[in-house]
Amino acid sequence: MATPIHEHHGEGDHGAHAHDDHHHDPGFVQKYLWSTDHKMIAMQYLFTGMFMAMIGGFMAYVFRVHLAFPGVHVPGFGQVNPAEYNSLVTNHGTIMIFWVAMPVLIAALGNFLIPLMIGCDDMVFPRLNRLSYQIFLLSAIVLIAGFFVEGGAFGGAWTSYPPLSAKAQYNMTPLGAPIWLVAVALEFIAFLLGGINFVTTAMNSRAPGMKMFDMPIVIWMIVIASILFMASVGPLFAGAIMLFFDQTVGTGFFDPNQGGDPILWQHLFWFFGHPEVYVVLLPALGVVAEVITVFSRKKLFGYRTVLFTSFATGLLSFFVWAHHQFIAGIDPRMANVFTVTTVLISVPIAEMMFVYIATLYGGSIRLTTPMLWALSFLIAFIVGGVTGIFLGASGADIYFHDTYFVLAHFHYTFVPIAILAVFCAVTYWYPKMFGRMMNETLGKIHFWGTFVPFNGIFIPLFMLGLGGQHRRIWSYENFPELARPEYYHLRQFASISLIIMLACQFIFIFNFFWSLKNGKVAGKNPWNANTLEWTTESPPPHGNWKELPTCYRGPYEYSVPGRESDFWPQDQKS
Amino acid sequence: MRPIATTRSATGIPTGRLAVWWVIASEIVIFGGLLASYLMHRLGHPEFGGPEYAGATNTWIGAFNTFVLLTSSFAAVKAHEAAQAGDGPTAAKRLLYTAFGGLTFLCVKGYEWTHEISEGYVITKNAFWSFYYVAAGIHASHVVGGMIIMLILYGDVKKNKELQRVELIGNYWHFVDLIWIFLFPLLYIAK
Amino acid sequence: MSEHAHAHDHKGHGGHGDGGHGDHADHPSYFKTYITLLGLLAVSVAGPMFGHPWLTLITAFGIAVVKAYLVASRFMHLNIEKKIASYLLLAALALLLLFYAGVSPDVMKHRGNNWENMAAQDEVERAEAAASTAPAHHHE
Repeated sequence: MATPIHEHHGEGDHGAHAHDDHHHDPGFVQKYLWSTDHKMIAMQYLFTGMFMAMIGGFMAYVFRVHLAFPGVHVPGFGQVNPAEYNSLVTNHGTIMIFWVAMPVLIAALGNFLIPLMIGCDDMVFPRLNRLSYQIFLLSAIVLIAGFFVEGGAFGGAWTSYPPLSAKAQYNMTPLGAPIWLVAVALEFIAFLLGGINFVTTAMNSRAPGMKMFDMPIVIWMIVIASILFMASVGPLFAGAIMLFFDQTVGTGFFDPNQGGDPILWQHLFWFFGHPEVYVVLLPALGVVAEVITVFSRKKLFGYRTVLFTSFATGLLSFFVWAHHQFIAGIDPRMANVFTVTTVLISVPIAEMMFVYIATLYGGSIRLTTPMLWALSFLIAFIVGGVTGIFLGASGADIYFHDTYFVLAHFHYTFVPIAILAVFCAVTYWYPKMFGRMMNETLGKIHFWGTFVPFNGIFIPLFMLGLGGQHRRIWSYENFPELARPEYYHLRQFASISLIIMLACQFIFIFNFFWSLKNGKVAGKNPWNANTLEWTTESPPPHGNWKELPTCYRGPYEYSVPGRESDFWPQDQKS
Repeated sequence: MRPIATTRSATGIPTGRLAVWWVIASEIVIFGGLLASYLMHRLGHPEFGGPEYAGATNTWIGAFNTFVLLTSSFAAVKAHEAAQAGDGPTAAKRLLYTAFGGLTFLCVKGYEWTHEISEGYVITKNAFWSFYYVAAGIHASHVVGGMIIMLILYGDVKKNKELQRVELIGNYWHFVDLIWIFLFPLLYIAK
Repeated sequence: MSEHAHAHDHKGHGGHGDGGHGDHADHPSYFKTYITLLGLLAVSVAGPMFGHPWLTLITAFGIAVVKAYLVASRFMHLNIEKKIASYLLLAALALLLLFYAGVSPDVMKHRGNNWENMAAQDEVERAEAAASTAPAHHHE
């Protein structure tokens, strides 16, 4: 397989010389802690996100061992009392969504990939970029601080419904509750600021010759996700301020006795909460698109289809939110509307699944580690999506709401997003980020050790949900139908699967750090991919290229008939 | 050292200005969410127009503050005009006038709130007053933010540097004015 | 070109004089727009004095919309900006309308199809009773 030689003509912008090398050798602080380089900021988000994932995973371990073996002293934690249980499940959810999925999929990947894939030297506002990370880091610190205050961390569920979340006499975490709220608000600010960079850079700073439809799908997805986030978080941010005043000052925004309304909070929350899941889903889908095209050596089956479907999904995602509130006391006429829209939104997502499968069909498949992760995403996400239809029908939801069926559904969507697609992205772009290849054997062991136990955790939870097991209950000892031995066996199966899955993550951690020094040197383009990031050094230097590239074609020109090589980089003139 | 990325413009809108539109769009949904929530309560609770609620706000003070903000918006657009003409020192001076307008607004608000609080109309008095202080308070924090940015820009603009930023902070300031244009009837006239 | 008007430090008056003649022959004068805005402000303050609820609403909110339009198009120059900016802002507004439409049936209304918000209804009744018995004291 001949590797074509790239001729970099400095056509396009004159002065496409990014950053002359007159440098000042940066010290440790300037290079690692105070950098404005998008790649370094991406690493900061990536490592913070992975660190928070360990904390969130630890929490899951604790409460799952407790649920399987009630009353047991959990190794590394102790016995779990009801208040601690509530804090653990609340913060597990909050951390995984806001401090793992979003920073890794949007901030880390967005920061790393956007300038590289569109052919420019950095984000348009590097100092703002640095500031967004710093605010994000602060938000993580504030959240963790909640565990150290009197009363402990907030335990009112990640959805934080008032009056539980508003009144300390109910939530018993007078300090933890406002701290949690402030942490989430800071995280919102960090992502609003970050979004400015992502959208403006992608809209304005593309390489000469790169039209909107020549951008790789993952970039589009991150941009659409940023737009969705910005548009949906506004009312919730206002609501968070209102809740904060309810908590600290005693206003009654959500207290009917003072003229407020708790349902308002639910609407404010879910107006954001539903688009939020697409905010994290779309980048994951983008990552999968990049990987399946490279490793099937095939064009994406429908670039514009995927794109317009994503727009449709994004738009529709604003019209489905109250399916989270079917039994909350909303007007039943609204429930009818939201059932229709919810079932409708499965259509564009299903279409994307079909497009991806069609992309694979007839391709020359290479089952590398990233490809395994991408394929597993498709399988698991389809399960998640299909089970969502049951929940979207308001009649069925009357039974399913707040049971483990819901929980298993959203883990079959969130785990593909936050874990499978993330590992897909990391194993795929690791060579570009660090200049070395990860070990394939370890990668595959890690893959199977994650994917199989993942199913072992959540299939039992579907069954438990069908059996009527409610969410957010510390102990089922007092529910005779739920305290049956068969159900405990299911819980134990799930918890043991989780422990196996968590144990296998150490393989990844080892592989990650070991390969930094000992992996095979990657070179510029170890995967023979088309997109622009593969045309520069691994890792890319400050400024990304000595001469910024020009773009001549779309990103998925693989196996083009008549060409000797099965790939055709975007910056190659012919 | 500005990246080359910042100087490109595939949309035709310079990057800085595009970003400000983006920020304004996100602020529309934040304030909008708050005001929509207020409106729902207001329309569902007709008693909010009464003397213990909106009836107690002082329309003349509200109108005066509206006048102040409109005038400072005028100063901001005149600053932009000067910047477009390349006249940094004039633009900088007009930015100061704009910021001074913001300061006046805040002082008047301080006086107004002091008076209202001393009369017992505190944030916890009823839902109307909760919304009143939160909405006007968030707005005021944006006024402060705008003033700070103007003072930061003043130094450069006076020396004829970064003149394009005058328009950017101007657009932000006009938006802050726009929010008040809606807050004023909501809180002071509808009673 | 740009008049270096003598500014009196008067509660934030910007350099006035006659704004905007030189370069912007094809665009309404900033100063005229400013005066229009002030005039509209006066009308909206005067509106409630006629005592007609409908008139008050129209003057207060209708004028707010007009003022907003003037500030957005003439001061923020949305009238000459690339269309994408206007679309972005209008999209944000459209989302707000969606939010209002989806949430107000639950929050603004206190009864619906098979449900009632008793706490809110009681609160409205209580407040109206209090208002009718209490001596009206104006704070203007």
